[in-house]
Amino acid sequence: MQNSRSFVDAHAGHGHGSDTPTIGPVYHAADGLGDWISLALLALPLMLAYAALAYWTSKRYRRWPASRSLSGCAGILLCASAVAGPLAQAAHSSFTAHMLGHLLLGMLGPLLLVYAAPVTLLFRALPRRAARFLTRLLRSRFAAAISHPVTAASLNVGGLWLLYTTDLYAAMHASVALHVLIHVHVFAAGYLFTSSILPVDPSPHRTGMKLRGCVMILSFAAHGILGKTLYAFPPAGTDIQDARQGAQLMYYGGDGVDLLLILLFCYRWYRSENGKPGIHR
Amino acid sequence: MNGYSSTAEKQPPREVGNGRSRSLVSGILFGIGCIAFVDEVVFHQLLHWHHFYDKSTTAAGLVSDGLLHAFSWFASVASLFLLADLRRKRAWIRSRWVGGILLGAGFFQLYDGIVHHKLMQLHQIRYGVEISVYDWTWNIAGALLLVAGIAMIVRTGGEKSETREQETMRAE
Repeated sequence: MQNSRSFVDAHAGHGHGSDTPTIGPVYHAADGLGDWISLALLALPLMLAYAALAYWTSKRYRRWPASRSLSGCAGILLCASAVAGPLAQAAHSSFTAHMLGHLLLGMLGPLLLVYAAPVTLLFRALPRRAARFLTRLLRSRFAAAISHPVTAASLNVGGLWLLYTTDLYAAMHASVALHVLIHVHVFAAGYLFTSSILPVDPSPHRTGMKLRGCVMILSFAAHGILGKTLYAFPPAGTDIQDARQGAQLMYYGGDGVDLLLILLFCYRWYRSENGKPGIHR
Repeated sequence: MNGYSSTAEKQPPREVGNGRSRSLVSGILFGIGCIAFVDEVVFHQLLHWHHFYDKSTTAAGLVSDGLLHAFSWFASVASLFLLADLRRKRAWIRSRWVGGILLGAGFFQLYDGIVHHKLMQLHQIRYGVEISVYDWTWNIAGALLLVAGIAMIVRTGGEKSETREQETMRAE
């Protein structure tokens, strides 16, 4: 919810000091400063909020690891840069820039944020009654349904297929509301998917490693296949060269983030094997 | 005496796992990951014989290629973590592992050469040349890898587990 509000702010903020429309096919370098300001307006308060909670709760509980704070701030910055600032602005006219935004908002940003364990941090900060409410929410049947790897993966990759292989991508550029909705979905589904594969926060409905591994591989495949499909059949309204560049960025950039996720996934398995009994030859 | 055996006895053998089969699985996964990596680096990036996308590619070919790519990406990482775990538990059997690599690489090469290149017509090894020479080289190389892998695994499969090393393991 906070995301969508900030997103609208970012667009409104962009109007200052420029007389070109905020949404249009042409990108002016003169808009640069306003873009950076809108990015700062979105990212800084969220980063400060995370850092403040980390600092404040460290006085009462065990010290919050600096690596989590760093990961959280980096995640916020990457996600924010996809919806506000120069990259978001360029994404209005360039498919490649849009795709870089997708990699940040839907894949790398969520991965960093999942590692930052925001729910655990929230539990440390919330008063008892609110924490109980959050627990009940996490334990609910609805949470179980949407955080299941199969649901989360379908929402995540399915949403992308829908966006790029139908007229939704063209429609997104015509409507601000749709634009906001799609970006919120990309982030939320990306986060949901990453946390279902790599649970860092308390997750009462955790599923088995084999299921998570299989869903992860299938999702990566669906993402790569979509990348190659877009190379062959660019979304309506995109320049062919731009679309091909964007499709390759999607494929290889996706591989990069996938590799990070696979490494973390396997490392957790390796760590969990540590206490287990030895194996016979 | 041994911290391992006392706990291992309580567990059913299936859950405890087997160093022989795990060495093999790790090898097969590593073989698949390696040959996929070689394919991408040599034929796509260096020689430019293969392309990101070919017009002849069918939907089924795209799906098969995508699944294999994602799986091999996962396999190369997972196999090394499996290897690290085997070494940590002193249960790694090198000959099984190397046999697994040859088997995995041979299987991938043959699958790519026969199913992808010929049956699905996903793409060809090289364009603008007489292709049969390339196809035969490709598939014979794959078959040799596969046969060598199977031979190595069969040869080590009948062996009793290496008792001397087991004894040193028990002594620890």
